[in-house]
Amino acid sequence: MATTELAPAHAGAAHDHEHAEHPELGFWRKYVFSTDHKTIGIQYAVTGLLFLFFGFCLVMLMRWQLAFPGRALPLIGKLFGEARMPGGSMLPEFYNELGAMHGTIMVFLGVVPLAVGGFGNFVLPLQIGAPDMAFPKINMASYWSYFLGGITMLASFFVPGGAAQSGWTSYAPLSVIAGEGQTIWLIGMIFLITSSLLGSINFIVTTVQLRAKGLSYFRLPFFCWAQLVTSFLLLLAFPPLEAAGILQLMDRLAGSSFFMPSGLVVSGQALAYSGGGNPILWQHLFWFLAHPEVYVLILPAFGIVAEVVANNTRKPLFGYKIMVYSLWFLGFMSFIVWAHHMFFTGMGTTMATFFQTTTMIISIPSVALLTSLLISLWGGSIRFTTPMLFALAFLPMFGIGGLTGLPLGLSAADIPLHDTYYVIGHFHYVVAPGTLFALFAGIYYWYPKATGRMMSERLGKLHFWPSLLFINGIFMPMFIQGMAGVSRRLYDGGASYDFAKDVIHWNVFMSMSAWCLAIAQIPFVINFFWSIKHGKKVGDNPWAATTLEWAAPSPPPHGNFLTPPEAYRGPYEYSVPGHSTDYTPQFQSEQKAS
Amino acid sequence: MGHHASSADIDRQVKTYILIFVTLLVLTMVTVAVSRLHLPVAGAVAVALIVASIKGSLVAGYFMHLLSERKLIYWVLGFTVAFFLAVLLLPLWTHFDPITN
Amino acid sequence: MEIPYTVAERPDTGLNNGKIGIWLFLASEVMLFGALFATYLMMRTGAVTWPRGDSILNVPLATINTVVLISSSVTMVMAWASLKRNDFGKFRLFMGLTVLAGFGFLGIKYVEYTTKFHHGLFPSTNTFLAIYFTLTGLHGLHVIGGMAINAYLWGPGSKLWKTNPEHFTNRVENSGLFWHFVDLVWIFLFPILYLL
Repeated sequence: MATTELAPAHAGAAHDHEHAEHPELGFWRKYVFSTDHKTIGIQYAVTGLLFLFFGFCLVMLMRWQLAFPGRALPLIGKLFGEARMPGGSMLPEFYNELGAMHGTIMVFLGVVPLAVGGFGNFVLPLQIGAPDMAFPKINMASYWSYFLGGITMLASFFVPGGAAQSGWTSYAPLSVIAGEGQTIWLIGMIFLITSSLLGSINFIVTTVQLRAKGLSYFRLPFFCWAQLVTSFLLLLAFPPLEAAGILQLMDRLAGSSFFMPSGLVVSGQALAYSGGGNPILWQHLFWFLAHPEVYVLILPAFGIVAEVVANNTRKPLFGYKIMVYSLWFLGFMSFIVWAHHMFFTGMGTTMATFFQTTTMIISIPSVALLTSLLISLWGGSIRFTTPMLFALAFLPMFGIGGLTGLPLGLSAADIPLHDTYYVIGHFHYVVAPGTLFALFAGIYYWYPKATGRMMSERLGKLHFWPSLLFINGIFMPMFIQGMAGVSRRLYDGGASYDFAKDVIHWNVFMSMSAWCLAIAQIPFVINFFWSIKHGKKVGDNPWAATTLEWAAPSPPPHGNFLTPPEAYRGPYEYSVPGHSTDYTPQFQSEQKAS
Repeated sequence: MGHHASSADIDRQVKTYILIFVTLLVLTMVTVAVSRLHLPVAGAVAVALIVASIKGSLVAGYFMHLLSERKLIYWVLGFTVAFFLAVLLLPLWTHFDPITN
Repeated sequence: MEIPYTVAERPDTGLNNGKIGIWLFLASEVMLFGALFATYLMMRTGAVTWPRGDSILNVPLATINTVVLISSSVTMVMAWASLKRNDFGKFRLFMGLTVLAGFGFLGIKYVEYTTKFHHGLFPSTNTFLAIYFTLTGLHGLHVIGGMAINAYLWGPGSKLWKTNPEHFTNRVENSGLFWHFVDLVWIFLFPILYLL
């Protein structure tokens, strides 16, 4: 095999390889065990969407119990068996199972695989003008590791005692003494963390090494920067959770006492552990990952919104450089704020002040990013396409999510709010009408590149407006309940607490909103499948966009580009004065002035 | 870094490896010998960590060619060291700053 | 379709893809073992009493193991240097020695572990033994992993030397980086667990 010359990102014309090296791949190598980043990206995206749907189903079931505590669920209630829903009425243990797995599945099996594995894999090599990822086989391994982790998590529902039920946070000592499902959860996490590590290494090397000729760092689309910082977060923050998982497995299986304090008594029985361990250590190691993880959830979303906004305002992004520096600053700070999740673990004022300060500081780059995106709208010729609707909605929704985080980050203000529904409202606003909306924007935006066809605008709007309405219906009342003192993870939603009686009625409203939100996804599902065969056929660049992925055919062949692309300018040359068109693609070599 | 190194360069590097090997063996004996002295905890920890750090630096600098590595690698490792210190020290400091009545 | 810079270095970074990849992986490993060292600190500071390493663990055996690993690091880098000197025979010798040293290390660890179990000392006995077994156990798994890759490069993987010697040399170098890292971790593990 010849070594490659020193010329940058020599793609190797896509048609060449068919003749030269590879016989036509069979079904399994082409569609299942593929090393092509586009196929892998679609695998991640589809699997992620399926898990998002499943995780949504779990919480819709919980919302029945919250709206009508103790009432039997008609028709489907009995399907869950006597061990979980005797007579169709939910047991507290099952509620806990649903809660823990809803969180785990949404975060680790749904959002991140779609946002990073799906969008990152599909778009990144195309946007940098590369023929594929730096390590295509490792890419394939990372998908299948994720898949195995997903199967493991699903399998955990079928072991005696059910799936993990100690929260997605798996706090010790409860998680250590919990049933078998927790062990399966830990094993599943190891598969998922492995997948993540392999993927992040791939993304970083690809971005550094495989950029096309002329594509310097500050000509990279913002989406690429966002994925790059995200990859560093995953690379360095996940290993401590992997270590913690090993330690918890040791406690559960080998009887060690890493997290088991001395003298623990459960149901009147002293536990047979040596003791001397520290449950707070689990929290430190868990949140060391889980805080950067929330930036893993939001950064790709910012990346997608930036692309969609620039394209649909026909203007360059405002403050591109500030946004890039903000990404790095945010990424760095995200490693030293984690104990704001632990203000009530007996922390003294010095460390509480430390973490509170770093948390306030991290809001600065966050605000810089949001503000730049908002200012980018000013003076734009806005096209209200479906991706743009989702991207526009993202902005105020993320604003609400971000602002509601501030009192939580201040240790004193956190006192009445910690572990209440206020917290649930806060983080769902950033992830649900935040990230998820951005991901929808990305699906509608890049669908034509992946399939060669547009999704229906009419169905898109039918998806968007009800979703926006109902998603707020679910999460806005949570702030009200939280401020009234309703704790999270209560199996009856607060019904047995007298102080909550004035805000309990919101449970019914929120549950109805959740079920209506589910119905609002039907136009999306129909659109997604119908458009594969019946959507309007398009060419390379249906959105009149400027970044390199739009130089490739739709869909791109193996190897991506028919001729090696080159970047001649920055990523957002929209409405440049003196030009005849309102956009000049990065890959276009010369521009005739009008 | 050594990718287009000449035969003479490699010979010089090999001589260095042998020298480093001997140094590592000596330092290993030193650290075991000092441990026999049963120094007070602070001193024992300091010596052990200093010797280990020297040994580690030699392995990293010479065997792993880190002394002649590229900027990108230094930046990655720099951030890694910073976060390593964070995970090592912040939980400990939090443990030693409990809430008081 | 060829991925650029798999073997050749990209001019502006001066690196090939695999080199960056392995260093990134090692960075993640620093964080993995870092969290376990943090656990060691938390367990020790939280313990009422903490045994001196040499009162429970076998220092002479572990010292031998330290020498074994350091020696294997030398043979590993010599294996790579042999390839740079175009001496495939020497490569096989040194790489073979490196794998054998790995077996030696694991053999001594096996003796250590079984002796502990025989005396009723398990991870469940106290937090010192818990972190001892976990840290050395995870390290041991990394030794096994490194040995597997080295054995592959010594055996079937060495075919690549005939068709693309530079690519093969890079692979050996990258595997060496992993192996040196495993040695590096032990250089810290040994005094911390056994001598303090």
